[in-house]
Amino acid sequence: MKFSTTLILSSLALAIGSAFAADAPIIGLITKTETNPFFVKMKEGAKAEAEKAGAKLMSAAGKIDGDTAGQITALENMTSAGAKTIMITSAGDAIIPTVKKIQAKGVQVIALDSPFDGADALYATDNYKAGVLIGQYAKAAMAGKPAKIAMLDLFPGHPVGAQRHNGFMSGFGLKANDAKSNELSTAPEIVCANDTNGDRAKGQTAMENCLQKDPDINVVYTINEPAAAGAYNALKKAGKEKGVLILSIDGGCQGIKDTEAGIITATSQQYPLKMASMGVAAGVEYAKTGKKATGYVDTGVTLIAKTAIAGVDSKDTKVGMDLCWGKK
Amino acid sequence: MSTISKRNIPWGVLGPWIALAITCLFFATQSSRFLSGGNLSLVLQQVMVVGVIAIGQSLIILTAGIDLSCGMVMALGGVVMTKFAVDYGMNPYLAILCGLGVTTVAGLLNGLLVTRMKLPPFIVTLGTLNIAFAITQIYSGAQTITDLPPAMTFLGNTFNIGSTEVSLGTVTMLILYALAWFVLRETAPGRHLYAVGNNPEAARLSGISVDRVLLYVYALAGLFYGIAALLSVARTGVGDPNAGTTENLDAITAVVLGGTSLFGGRGIILGSLVGAVIVGVFRNGLTLMGVASVYQTLITGILVILAVAADQMSRKGAR
Repeated sequence: MKFSTTLILSSLALAIGSAFAADAPIIGLITKTETNPFFVKMKEGAKAEAEKAGAKLMSAAGKIDGDTAGQITALENMTSAGAKTIMITSAGDAIIPTVKKIQAKGVQVIALDSPFDGADALYATDNYKAGVLIGQYAKAAMAGKPAKIAMLDLFPGHPVGAQRHNGFMSGFGLKANDAKSNELSTAPEIVCANDTNGDRAKGQTAMENCLQKDPDINVVYTINEPAAAGAYNALKKAGKEKGVLILSIDGGCQGIKDTEAGIITATSQQYPLKMASMGVAAGVEYAKTGKKATGYVDTGVTLIAKTAIAGVDSKDTKVGMDLCWGKK
Repeated sequence: MSTISKRNIPWGVLGPWIALAITCLFFATQSSRFLSGGNLSLVLQQVMVVGVIAIGQSLIILTAGIDLSCGMVMALGGVVMTKFAVDYGMNPYLAILCGLGVTTVAGLLNGLLVTRMKLPPFIVTLGTLNIAFAITQIYSGAQTITDLPPAMTFLGNTFNIGSTEVSLGTVTMLILYALAWFVLRETAPGRHLYAVGNNPEAARLSGISVDRVLLYVYALAGLFYGIAALLSVARTGVGDPNAGTTENLDAITAVVLGGTSLFGGRGIILGSLVGAVIVGVFRNGLTLMGVASVYQTLITGILVILAVAADQMSRKGAR
């Protein structure tokens, strides 16, 4: 008697509990890596928004940049666990078939930061615009002096790498591919282009080799702030850090500190937290009303520079520090 | 005593050097800047981290093992030594020792898992790769450690030979290679290592404690990864938790290009130095020529296959 009562009561409790849980929409967030401060901030934003909206957040990540296999596994696992919306920063187009598969099961898939074909919606920085802003700043800062440009890129074929690179060229006044292209444009003013993987040490090596090729490089575009720090190291070792402009993109707190310290001349700041909170809001909306998010929302980019230049709209490093992501 | 050295002579030894010479000659014709002292010194600095990791990797590969965790262990060592010095205000030399200690312990862990648990080195080090990475990221909070005391980066300092700047780190790498070469060639432990790699059963029967040799090899490799960490810290000037992501494959590439067989028991340690330098020379030379980076990767892949094929052919020849 006692046993069956307990059984009935506990199954009732379980049923009630899961009924409550069933009300809370389950939203997944899959980032490229777990620990890059950019994605840490994104997860923070997602968690905060999820708590506010009463949603349950599941998170996962690939192991390293480019780990599409890890992301595919996470997509499948989250779908089986009941996630109705999954936000993902794509590590590569290899995830597209899996995305299609789970979309057929009714899951809304939102791309954050990195675009891919077939996502229901995209909340991302306009990476092309981010490049254009620093390109414009560099052009104005050069004030007509002939430029010898080094491009320190990510690696071939990545849309974000291509957009930032081509955007920079466009902003600088050089003919370049548009935002839809995955190919890196070239120009005679660009005397050297090398890949860095967005890594500090590789950025240093790339800059050193570029300086060997042409010691008179005076403008350096870098894919992100760790690569910029590496490039600065190389310039400093060659005694050239004073006369060279280093441009970058990201707006992380370490990067803004580097901008304040004169290591980076100007950087375009982007807002991962906004991407995630918008994604969560879209997930909650889908769960409540069945209406999917669509289209592309630009989550904004701000040019941060220590020295303002006439004709180019920028904000100073104090603003940058207030809005930066990562540990302050 | 000389039976081992006789088997290792032709292809395996000369091949990498010839390849390096041809490569340098080629780039010298393509760019007047290539053969300058400054440029070559730069290339050596660029390869010194992978070069030192490759010493540890060579020792392990000579025993027919492999170590996928080397890059991550190096990153862990770098983060530990810099964080100890900067965050806890520890004496920099003591902090460096702590970093070396951590990487040696990591190597020892690999060795214990391989010898006591009899697990395949590939699997073991695949696991420790992830563990080391995770610990590094968690401990550092994914933040780089900056504002290091000058004592930590002293290996980045240079001195002049003529008008060429040579980095202390490069000299360190060369000295370590010379030491490793001497020990492997002229001492009993070195011969035991080759014996274990060649034929562990025969080695055991001739009285060599195979487990003890392997344990020492993995722990010693860990120490080398720690030294590589110090070189990495000296080069970049920071403790970087994201360092070392591709160093494992880069080190294995260097070892293979240098003519060491992945099957163990054959190979000259200096070959790994040549292998590492070849990769650096290509990266530098192709940049000087203005060739896109993606071709460096293509060429490295082709070279690796050529090197392994050459090793296979010389194996057949020796039989």
